[in-house]
Amino acid sequence: MDARIGIRNTKSILFKSFIIFLAFVVTLPLIIVLLYIIKQGVMQVNWHFLTHVPAPEGEKGGGIANALVGSLLIVGMSSLVAIPVGILAGIYLSENPGTKLSYYSGLCVDILQGVPSIVMGIVVYFWIVKPFGFSAISGSIALAIMMLPIVIRSTEQTLLLLPPSLKEAALSLGVPYHRVILKVIVPCGFAGILSGIILSIARIIGETAPLLFTALGSNYLTTNVRGAMESLPHLIFTYATSPYDDQHDLAWGASFILLMFVLILNIVTKLITRKWKIQL
Amino acid sequence: MENTVVSATNFNAWFGDNHVVKDVTINIEKNQCIAVMGPSGCGKTTFLRCINRMHELIPGATAKGSLKLYSDEIYTMNPIYVRYKIGMVFQRPNPFPNLSIYDNVIAGYKLNGLKVPKADLDNIVQKSLTSAALWNEVKDSLYKKGTFLSGGQQQRLCIARAIAMEPEVILFDEPTSALDPISTSSVEQLFHELKEKYTLIIVTHNMQQAARVSDKTAFFYVGELVEFDDTKQMFTAPSDVRTQNYITGRFN
Amino acid sequence: MDKNKRLDLSYSQMKWETIFKRLLIVMSAIILLLVVGVFFTLIVESWPSIKSLGVKFLWGKVWDPVNNIYGAYPFLIGTLLTSFTALIISIPFSYAIAIYLGEYNPKGWLSDLLKNTIELIAAVPSIIYGFWALFVLVPEVRKLETAIHVTPYGVGVFTASLVLAVMIIPYAAALGTSLIRMVPSPLKEGAYALGATRFEVIRSVILPYTRSGLFAGILLSLGRALGETMAVTVLIGNTSAIANTFKDIFFGPGNTMASVIANEFAEADHALYLSALIELGLVLFFVTVIINLIGKRIITKYTNN
Repeated sequence: MDARIGIRNTKSILFKSFIIFLAFVVTLPLIIVLLYIIKQGVMQVNWHFLTHVPAPEGEKGGGIANALVGSLLIVGMSSLVAIPVGILAGIYLSENPGTKLSYYSGLCVDILQGVPSIVMGIVVYFWIVKPFGFSAISGSIALAIMMLPIVIRSTEQTLLLLPPSLKEAALSLGVPYHRVILKVIVPCGFAGILSGIILSIARIIGETAPLLFTALGSNYLTTNVRGAMESLPHLIFTYATSPYDDQHDLAWGASFILLMFVLILNIVTKLITRKWKIQL
Repeated sequence: MENTVVSATNFNAWFGDNHVVKDVTINIEKNQCIAVMGPSGCGKTTFLRCINRMHELIPGATAKGSLKLYSDEIYTMNPIYVRYKIGMVFQRPNPFPNLSIYDNVIAGYKLNGLKVPKADLDNIVQKSLTSAALWNEVKDSLYKKGTFLSGGQQQRLCIARAIAMEPEVILFDEPTSALDPISTSSVEQLFHELKEKYTLIIVTHNMQQAARVSDKTAFFYVGELVEFDDTKQMFTAPSDVRTQNYITGRFN
Repeated sequence: MDKNKRLDLSYSQMKWETIFKRLLIVMSAIILLLVVGVFFTLIVESWPSIKSLGVKFLWGKVWDPVNNIYGAYPFLIGTLLTSFTALIISIPFSYAIAIYLGEYNPKGWLSDLLKNTIELIAAVPSIIYGFWALFVLVPEVRKLETAIHVTPYGVGVFTASLVLAVMIIPYAAALGTSLIRMVPSPLKEGAYALGATRFEVIRSVILPYTRSGLFAGILLSLGRALGETMAVTVLIGNTSAIANTFKDIFFGPGNTMASVIANEFAEADHALYLSALIELGLVLFFVTVIINLIGKRIITKYTNN
């Protein structure tokens, strides 16, 4: 009897050790990748690197200013489109549960969330690039569509957490609906909505596939959003697969910068959500 | 009936197919404190929420019949204007968590984007908080968030918020049911002072409360207004057997 | 404020209220239109290929744009092989994380640290995984391939699957964790009260109870794997011909639907070629949408009960 209990307990302990081992082993590849990118990239980054465009093929030096400016512009324009649309659509979904429109829109949000980014690239190619040519704008539209589901869902879920009494209180004071939403409901859920926005930016800033056939890429530092434009992930892709070591170096530096952006944005989101939980 | 502020004639309200307020006819006079009583689900809260047109905010909710503020039909008036004229205090204190105490009091002005000089606002805040018997407790912390106050203080803040708009009528939906006994009595004391200036309609579960604070009491039962009379009369000699059963505790 | 002024204000406010409500409706209708638009664009643009190649497009074994022959079979095989290999590798890890964070250690700094680290795996851009693997993992795989006597390409289906496996772990793990945390404690306590060990409780109470939810998590991971583009494009070797033996298919270079679009879309120089590529996109869209919707449906059903 005792022996059997002993065996069962040993089994239980062995299983636990096995689970712990598997769970923590997963962090190894991430740590290895992060350390490697930091090691390779940090040496590249200096003022020259940040303020110059890539040197011609086979030559030393140069920087990624074109990709840095491009990424910021493209992501900025995406946010300009996706944030208002996403918040308003999220408000509709949280305010009108049970309507036909909210059911189908909700379904479409789920669908958009799952659409592979390369497919989004093709579609925007036909919508914008084919009639108007390659442009930063077309890239922004593709990325904005990828941002939407995250902004919508985070807005919707944050607002659903707010007590309905808040809305009633404002309405009972003779405050019109749009002001109730914009001055009471949205400010009260601000942190949740903001964290969704930052998370969505963190996600699209590293997206490459939708930009392949839209913003394309460019060796020049440009702010012309109606023309082709370089971006960090696209630069990494082109230089990673190039045969020149100097271009690999640029790509490592760009990877490091991109990684830092993503890490910082994710940490900021974590800090906001932590604070938000205390407030609730 | 010059003194009539709110009057209903054959007024009905529904949630979908559920007929919750049936043919109610009632006249409520100025500067009185009216208690609305009845067992749960009798339609008293629904009736209250019809008076400032909060009822229609629930999907599927409808209303029919005449309901007047003075001589104006409430249901043909602009709902925003109705709610501005008729204030409401809810079951649970619901100050705006994103606003300070000061801003909570003037929330009706601030959220509507009304431009009022700062001196006037200061005046409104002090007057409203004083009327809500809260001024002395919060005058040194006006810029703290309203949610830091105790439950009873929060409820009085909500009353101050309603007073600040200088409404004709203030509706109370079981205003003390979420409060402890001490906070309850402080809110009840307020009613006596408030009815000097406003007409109060209070939905309550609590018969002692109705007896303590109200001039007249309306008794609702399954959607009907069974009896509406002077509170003393009602509690000593109710004319309807259903009222008597309720008062003597033979219901529920 | 006097009555008339206030009334005027109320009426203008009512107007804005209506405008705002319409704006909300328009915005959510936009989402609907976007998805319908995506669907129609894919269908319309791939119509030439659907019309001229028909269903046999899907199992045509040869992809030869120069001679205008288009068969999707190599990419279907490539996509399924990479995705399922990655999935099989990732499942034990996802489950382990879900069990550890859901049952063994749901609270505390270590749990938070692990949870945030796992979330970070999903946050790192896919191109960075691809770039890293191209320079670090590929040489290692080449050594391994030499050791087991297959052609040492380095790049290929196997390498892509390895990286993909890591990338998709967070999706199933996060969902699994929250579902395991939702197992009602009376159920577990009942088993403990009968003298079950922790392992037995996990095996005979928690896992059966969360089975459908964990399956949904795997579907979400699969959806990610099928559509993943950049890391795979960099690592898979981009060959549209199918090798003769399974060993060569598995370790040798290949192509997935996503990677062939990424590589050839820009250089597709005639209508049918482009259209065939878009049809691949359409298939990818369909498959991922269906997998995601089934996954979401299971989750909603599960969390509502």
